[in-house]
Amino acid sequence: MRNQFVRQLNDLNIKLLKMGAMVQEIIEVAVKALTTQNLELARKVYELDDDIDNIELEIELECMNLIALQQPMAKDLRVIGTVLKIITDLERMGDHAVNIAKVVLEIGEEPFVKPLIDIPKMAKLAQAMVKKSLDAFMNADIELAREVANDDEAVDEIYEKIYTELINKMIAENTIVKQATNLIFIGRYLERIADHATNIGERVIFIETGENIEIN
Amino acid sequence: MSKISVKDLNLFYGDFQALKNITLNIEEKKVTALIGPSGCGKSTFLRSLNRMNDLIDGVKIKGDLKLEEQDIYQKDVDVVALRRRVGMVFQKPNPFPKSIYENVAYGPRRYGIKTRKQLDEIVEKSLKKAALWEEVKDRLSKSALGLSGGQQQRLCIARALAMEPEVLLMDEPTSALDPIATAKIEELIVELKKEYTIVIVTHSMQQAARISDETAFFLMGEVVEVDTTQKIFTKPRDKRTEDYVTGRFG
Repeated sequence: MRNQFVRQLNDLNIKLLKMGAMVQEIIEVAVKALTTQNLELARKVYELDDDIDNIELEIELECMNLIALQQPMAKDLRVIGTVLKIITDLERMGDHAVNIAKVVLEIGEEPFVKPLIDIPKMAKLAQAMVKKSLDAFMNADIELAREVANDDEAVDEIYEKIYTELINKMIAENTIVKQATNLIFIGRYLERIADHATNIGERVIFIETGENIEIN
Repeated sequence: MSKISVKDLNLFYGDFQALKNITLNIEEKKVTALIGPSGCGKSTFLRSLNRMNDLIDGVKIKGDLKLEEQDIYQKDVDVVALRRRVGMVFQKPNPFPKSIYENVAYGPRRYGIKTRKQLDEIVEKSLKKAALWEEVKDRLSKSALGLSGGQQQRLCIARALAMEPEVLLMDEPTSALDPIATAKIEELIVELKKEYTIVIVTHSMQQAARISDETAFFLMGEVVEVDTTQKIFTKPRDKRTEDYVTGRFG
């Protein structure tokens, strides 16, 4: 038995879940900064992102070490290879949270051109997808991983709706172009976060089945 | 195409059954690796491919074992001729205590090749194929025992190749060698499969992964799984194979 290796793999999983929790937090803080127009919170997002970048590098190094020192095979290799890919997805989510914070700082205390209804709804869905994808990883749950892909469709639909609505608003009233464009960007960032969660779902399926599939 | 096809092979050492219903095809001009824990039957299986087990008392063999169309366990089979077609390289290099030249020329000479010119040609060709020629061409008359372990093992490969075999059986051919000599033999095996069918028993799973095309996993006298090497090491079908290749066995 390779007890030491099994322990190291376990530690790697725990570290990945820690990174996942950090990413969930940064998205939460960015969305809250937006809905409450809290500039202080928006600035905090930048700090949180630095921590995420650091833990990504740490995990990457650990994966390299495990490959070099333990010569993983079969499922072990799939787990390590997948962790290497998942951390990139998670890190990108962190970057999108920073992008959202950037927009929040730009809008500042200027009133919203319309009450935010769909954006928070979309944020909630995207956040739930991130959580689901990480739960699927933790519990090796293929069904849950597939669900993430289904949820992605709902997120895409809301994004389309936000996009059309804001474009129409801009055509009618050109003074709002700057803020409306920024809000469209936010929709886009949330939509990308949901896509990265879908990627994680696909990778969980790969670990368990060895099949590489595009579920969405 | 299968070079060797084995069907329902059972082998007993007295009362002990060492191989159980082995069915396995060895593909032509490919490297097939046999892996598994000690005592799983992989070396016994390897030795049954050129009837080396005949030399052991009390061995009983049942089943079909065909080299191309020839059933090699038929009574009228010329075992010596069979071993010309199916050569073997062992775990420890075992050169004869003779010159480098004589080690390679020994077999062909015994089979009736007498002229110096022909023997010279065979020796050079075989040593070249075994990637040893450049290192020994200026000291062919020196004792083979003066070579390093890795060179001795390549000499043994050259000695086997001098008989112009079709199949080369290798029983842990690098387990007594350092990493550099091992790498040379591994390179050589990959090169040799262009012309020969190779079956190798190895305890190093990394070695099997690096050099073989097909891998068969043996356990307690049975073949648990045989598939492309890539499949065996990335996504084996059987849980026991997965446990073995990931090191969770036992």
